[in-house]
Amino acid sequence: MSKVKMSKKATSIDMTAMCDVAFLLLTFFILTATAKQPEPLQVDTPSSTVQTKLPDTDLAIITIGKKGTVFFGVKGPDVRRKTLENMASKMKMSFTADEIASFGLMDGFGVPINQLSGLLKMKSADRNAEGLQKGIPHDSIDNQLKEWVYAARSANAELHDKPLQFAIKGDAKEEYPAIKKVMDILQDQEVNKFNLITGLRGADF
Amino acid sequence: MAELNTGDDGGKKGGKVRSKKANGKVDLTAMVDLAFLLITFFMLTTSLSKPQSMDLGMPEKPKPNEKEETIDVADNRSMTILIGENNKMIMYMGKFDAPLEAPKDYTFGKEGIRKKIIEKQAALKASEPDPKKQELIVIIKPNKKSTYKNMVDILDEMAITKVKIYAIVGIEKNENALLEKK
Repeated sequence: MSKVKMSKKATSIDMTAMCDVAFLLLTFFILTATAKQPEPLQVDTPSSTVQTKLPDTDLAIITIGKKGTVFFGVKGPDVRRKTLENMASKMKMSFTADEIASFGLMDGFGVPINQLSGLLKMKSADRNAEGLQKGIPHDSIDNQLKEWVYAARSANAELHDKPLQFAIKGDAKEEYPAIKKVMDILQDQEVNKFNLITGLRGADF
Repeated sequence: MAELNTGDDGGKKGGKVRSKKANGKVDLTAMVDLAFLLITFFMLTTSLSKPQSMDLGMPEKPKPNEKEETIDVADNRSMTILIGENNKMIMYMGKFDAPLEAPKDYTFGKEGIRKKIIEKQAALKASEPDPKKQELIVIIKPNKKSTYKNMVDILDEMAITKVKIYAIVGIEKNENALLEKK
């Protein structure tokens, strides 16, 4: 009786389809990943163990850096454009359509409003040069930050029908009064809830 | 299949000895490995790069024409933490004038203030029969020289020890004097 021999199959599997799928997914993730924007103001955020994530939309970020310089940024190009329009009408200034469009693409800024159009004319790579942007004035004589906050809130309410949330990104070494000053500006407008942006801390704190 | 057709066609003329061409099938395993590695990397970084944030609710500011509300709090429930320059921290229980526990220096972190807070929470649970009065109330008073980092650190402590009632309040003169002493 002769045994029926099983013909041995080659163990190599065709990887083509798997390779296709893998690269398709890879392409998808690369394209959807948002590239890290260069920040005009570098800050070291303090770390915490809390792990709530920041929301992606309806958010304004106020960055507080060295010596109390304040930068302001809103998420979403449409809200940014509307914010600038609100601000222009409030300050009785005018911006060209080009300037408004390029403001929509700018993540955050820190110049007084009268220098804003100059900043918008620059290339985006040049804007982040150190020491170029000196911060938004926010003292009692010239409180432009307050106006920006107000303009952004009304822009967001108008476009998205949702309240704007505020995140404070402060430098760890910054003294408390500088942070307090910004929180007071927000609280004057009855924004009593903020997100403090922090880094991740190791477990054994 | 992923094979390149390299079959020699009609190359037998002339009687030249040609080396036999290897089959063009490429082993894609390594490539797939690499692709999946990159996928994993991008998947993780897209969700992890989002910055962390800490919620902070501040008490509403009293309007100028309104009277400031005062709430009476039992002395044994209220802990006041003063934060000063160079990570200095002072904690006392109860009122400043007549503290239940005299002001004392503490350090940030596991062995310092956290131990004390947990101890106090346990003591309150044991001594108060009413569950409504078992919660510790922490009042945080950073002075002008304190850093933002210290403020976040202490808020983090609140989150770790699960203190539900806490507030950041402006510091008073005599408390500030205590911080600047030494």
